[in-house]
Amino acid sequence: MYDVIIIGAGPAGLSAAATTANQGLEVLVVDEYMKAGGRLLGQLYEEPDGTYWNGIKESNHLYERANQSGAEIKLGTSILNIEKSGDVWLVYTEKDTYETSHLLLATGAAESPSPVPGWTLPGVMSVGAAQVMTNVHRVKPGKRGVIIGVNPLAAVIASELQMAGVEVTALTLPQMNGLNEEAAHPKQVMNQLLHVAHMAPSALIRQGSKWMKPSIMQDLGITFYPKSGFKMWGIPVHLRKAVTEILGDEKVAAVKLATVKPNGDVIEGTEEIITCDFVCIAGGLYPLTELAAVAGCPFYLVDELGGYVPLHNERMETALDGLYVAGNITGIEGAKVAIAQGVTAGLTMASNHGVQGLKDRIEQSIEEIEQTRDNAPFHFHPDVKKGKQIVQEKWEEMMAAEQPL
Amino acid sequence: MSERITDHPVLDPIERKKEVSFLFNGKSYKGYEGEPIAAALLANNIRTLRYHEESGSPRGIYCNIGHCFECRVTVNEKQGLRACLTPLKEGMEIQSSGMLPTPVKEWRETHV
Ligand SMILES: Cc1cc2nc3c(=O)[nH]c(=O)nc-3n(C[C@H](O)[C@H](O)[C@H](O)COP(=O)(O)OP(=O)(O)OC[C@H]3O[C@@H](n4cnc5c(N)ncnc54)[C@H](O)[C@@H]3O)c2cc1C
Ligand code: FES
Repeated sequence: MYDVIIIGAGPAGLSAAATTANQGLEVLVVDEYMKAGGRLLGQLYEEPDGTYWNGIKESNHLYERANQSGAEIKLGTSILNIEKSGDVWLVYTEKDTYETSHLLLATGAAESPSPVPGWTLPGVMSVGAAQVMTNVHRVKPGKRGVIIGVNPLAAVIASELQMAGVEVTALTLPQMNGLNEEAAHPKQVMNQLLHVAHMAPSALIRQGSKWMKPSIMQDLGITFYPKSGFKMWGIPVHLRKAVTEILGDEKVAAVKLATVKPNGDVIEGTEEIITCDFVCIAGGLYPLTELAAVAGCPFYLVDELGGYVPLHNERMETALDGLYVAGNITGIEGAKVAIAQGVTAGLTMASNHGVQGLKDRIEQSIEEIEQTRDNAPFHFHPDVKKGKQIVQEKWEEMMAAEQPL
Repeated sequence: MSERITDHPVLDPIERKKEVSFLFNGKSYKGYEGEPIAAALLANNIRTLRYHEESGSPRGIYCNIGHCFECRVTVNEKQGLRACLTPLKEGMEIQSSGMLPTPVKEWRETHV
């Protein structure tokens, strides 16, 4: 029996582990990956001050801190199910069942698939897969790749691939298919890119972000875009072209690229073949919430947060006694926010376990989440703060409904 | 063609543990102990990890972090392990799974 079990050794889980173990609680962290750090491991980007955010170093640092605090960390172990029995949470792995009074779900995010004809060919992978292969395991995903999907994560990872000596020939749109309207619509995509424009070293985008704000100018901007696209970090970005098919026999050999109208429709006869040996699909991220769902947590769909999120309060408590959430399971954001949320969840669990005098620190940690969010170099969704507000309102509505009159 | 990245401009070199030999579909390859099977195979220029149970079409990694189950292989006779999550060990015998019989579908094709 542990005081606290944390599922997920990403930034949220590791920071929560150090925080609670430092309060004297007995803590077990379980993660199915072979290394601690979660999706932080693959991250590498330049901060506004010119230093690098090196995910491997940051992960090692968080791991060391959790380790030194006395938390037990078990890697290579998948959690298959969780269940409440009386006051105890049961946590099931393939071999063992663990018990705890406080259970934190810090399972992070997953990438949405975005099917394109030919996407099951070996050599087609999610953009995050290419990031992990390159930065974490140091194996090139291929020599020459095409990225389908133009969004902040795709742009950041494209630059990481280039840094490692992997050629990215193009970032392009998927073909509009009714399901992916937002991702395939040049105008919508431009809107998204404008929000990361300040991160782009390319003067073109930076200038563009000033004059393209009003909608009518955006229409012009898209129509005037040279069909050859523009360059971001030296990589051609095509908002007027879309991949209609991935080609290859036993593995990826090329993609078929076609010019699309500003509304996303393909212009017949414009198809060209681009050779490549790998293709990345960047369909965006959503919170990985399966375990919260099997536990019976109430959910709410918040697009600004990337999908369905388990309802929770500012202290990271869910509606179920003894069940907590932190990190990207509560909405898609960067690792620094996840670390800050882990601190709050850790303090809340310690407090609920009977550690006295934590009230002020919890309040302070909640403010720190806000500050970290405000200082983030970019947001996966520009309206993330609105999303957080929606969750807060829904939580309060639920609590009010539960109050006896 | 895939290759290992040995001189990254920003990231420190990773600690490569010992080099090990393993079998994939009966052929011998080399990789590093502790790296995911999927990475070791890709470094050997192998992308196809299995053949779809019904269609027989080749499949490789998709998510590379344990979510999609596209990378299932048999390791030392244990079926259904995710190649992207399973660390490589000396002497591992890895097998890609193949097409399974689809008796109901075949029966329907001739009877319905
Ligand atoms: C592919 C990908 C790439 C990303 N790249 C970036 C980026 O470049 N920059 C950026 O700012 N943000 C990126 N993100 C967002 C990222 O989610 C956050 O930056 C941050 O890592 C979230 O931290 P977390 O602790 O909530 O979750 P994670 O870092 O995702 O950690 C969750 C951990 O939980 C484990 N886990 C999940 N389910 C189970 C289970 N059932 N059993 C056992 N273990 C489990 C996972 O193995 C993982 O290690 C990326 C996300 C993904 C999915
Ligand atoms: S590639 Fe998705 S689970 Fe291994």
